[in-house]
Amino acid sequence: MATVAHDSRVRGRRRPLSRQLGAAGPLTYVFLIVVALVSMFPLYWSLVVASHDNSAVAAYPPVLTPGNQLWHNLHRLFDSGEVNVDFWTALLNSAIVASVVTVSVVFFSALAGFAFAKLRFRGQKFLFVTVIATMLVPVQLGVIPLYIEMIHLGWTNHLLAVIAPNLASAFGVFLMRQYISGSVPNELIDAASVDGCYTFGVFRHVIWPAVRPVAAVLGLLTFMTTWNDFFWPLVVLSPRNPTVQVAVSTLASGYVQDYALVLTGTFVSILPLLAVFIVLGRHIIGGIMRGAVKG
Amino acid sequence: MSEQSAVEAPVRGRSRTTIRSRLHRIDSKTAPYLYISPFFVLFGAFGLFPLGYTAWVAMTDRTLLNPSWSFIGLQNFTTLIHDSYFWNAVENTLAIFLISTIPQLAFAMFLAYVLNTKLRARTFFRMFVLLPQVTSLVAVALIFTQLFSHDYGLVNYVLGWFGIHAINWEAGRLSSWIALSVMVTWRWAGYNALIYLAAMQGIPDELYEAAAIDGAKPWKQFRYVTVPLLRPTIIFTVIVSTIGGLQLFTEPYLFEPLKQGATGGSARQYQTVVMYLYEKAFAGTQFDFGYAAAIGWALFLLIGVISLVNYLIVRRIRSAEA
Repeated sequence: MATVAHDSRVRGRRRPLSRQLGAAGPLTYVFLIVVALVSMFPLYWSLVVASHDNSAVAAYPPVLTPGNQLWHNLHRLFDSGEVNVDFWTALLNSAIVASVVTVSVVFFSALAGFAFAKLRFRGQKFLFVTVIATMLVPVQLGVIPLYIEMIHLGWTNHLLAVIAPNLASAFGVFLMRQYISGSVPNELIDAASVDGCYTFGVFRHVIWPAVRPVAAVLGLLTFMTTWNDFFWPLVVLSPRNPTVQVAVSTLASGYVQDYALVLTGTFVSILPLLAVFIVLGRHIIGGIMRGAVKG
Repeated sequence: MSEQSAVEAPVRGRSRTTIRSRLHRIDSKTAPYLYISPFFVLFGAFGLFPLGYTAWVAMTDRTLLNPSWSFIGLQNFTTLIHDSYFWNAVENTLAIFLISTIPQLAFAMFLAYVLNTKLRARTFFRMFVLLPQVTSLVAVALIFTQLFSHDYGLVNYVLGWFGIHAINWEAGRLSSWIALSVMVTWRWAGYNALIYLAAMQGIPDELYEAAAIDGAKPWKQFRYVTVPLLRPTIIFTVIVSTIGGLQLFTEPYLFEPLKQGATGGSARQYQTVVMYLYEKAFAGTQFDFGYAAAIGWALFLLIGVISLVNYLIVRRIRSAEA
């Protein structure tokens, strides 16, 4: 404590020192640029392979620039009947699954977050701790009984099987609760209650408008996670009615490796998220970092 | 709504207000439970119930094709304890977990430290750091499998510059572990760096300045200010990495040339526990659900134990520093 007081007195004089502490030198930038290149390279590489025919994969020295076969490979992927999966269906399925899950997670999380942050009820603390504890349970381990459950429900090979288990998210509830308790003043809620709003009215008119920024972030993260999910869709869906991840893996399975085709499918499968990330990436970063601080 | 009620209340008199206030009371009593119930109902149905049901299934000889199963007690577990394939899978999983997590978190910490300096184009660099996280596991696995391929892979080509002979990454035990660890590290290091960065930004500047005045060089500041204060965050990332790392599946599953057997190579050199579970239940010819459920429980136990061990190790950070 004494050091802090002492420090605040000398800070004026010491300003150059504190700047020196955080200043980034040229080496820092070189390092970060290398990191950026390494981060990007595999994605770039999938484009390179996807835009050549297979002979380029075996070329020596390797070809490092995109070629002109991308259109041709896309045609093979989507229209030719040469491949063993229906890629259009796969993309559509993934879009449906990810959209439904996203809307549901955002809505239920906001609702539950509102209850945990602003309403008072018996067992509130305990129930919230339970929500957090469920994050630590590796749910995947229940995959066998969950599969049996899906057989009983008749949902195997149906999109419902990948949608239903993901409709709510502990992380989402947690994120919303933290955001609402930090950013919505109690006075606003009291005012709405005095006006005769029922709690759902408070949610609709006060909470929902206030949580929009964090709802967008949660939505983006949920969409990404759902779009990229692989293990459970692989188990429960068939290659005839796959999500895009299952379709890509089916494309890659077999004795002959058609790398150009496989990486064309891969590239197409990352493209939607890549586009979203380029436009909204800074919000995603904000969301991850905010979740981290509070966690 | 509110205007209307203000007008109506005096006309209708007392009974209406009591009904309204009673409705409000019911609303405020029940609404909270109603709002949190979707989460609990869904988690109960698709999270908790299967987990508990696993314990039951694990004590049967149930298969997909033979629904007329019978109760066999702990037989699956005793078989499992003597199953060398299982222990091989445990060993592979732990090895890949260690090779991928320790350097990764150390690197993430360093990267966060660098990103925490006063940078130009800060958002730009952060976005690149997070880019791998946007990439799906399937894409990561397939792209890197191509990069690590024996004959035409770029990795072997670059190693060739240094006179290193082409490595058959997939065939060897250690080499396959390394290749898989590279995939995991590539995808997760940036994410963990951002988590550390967020925590670092919560550390007040005064602490660093005080340390600087006391004569601490940047490295010492990092070690004696940053790391101890990041302890909760480090615990968080270690636990998350443990839970995720021990369930590794997609990368090794797609690293196989045929990508459907889940055996983890011809000599099971990189079969993980979840792959073994998948092989027993879905990929082989047996569809042995009872045994696979037992593997699930064993893995659950393993994750619990390793998480606890990791927690105890990381918890020592501050006491060691102090």
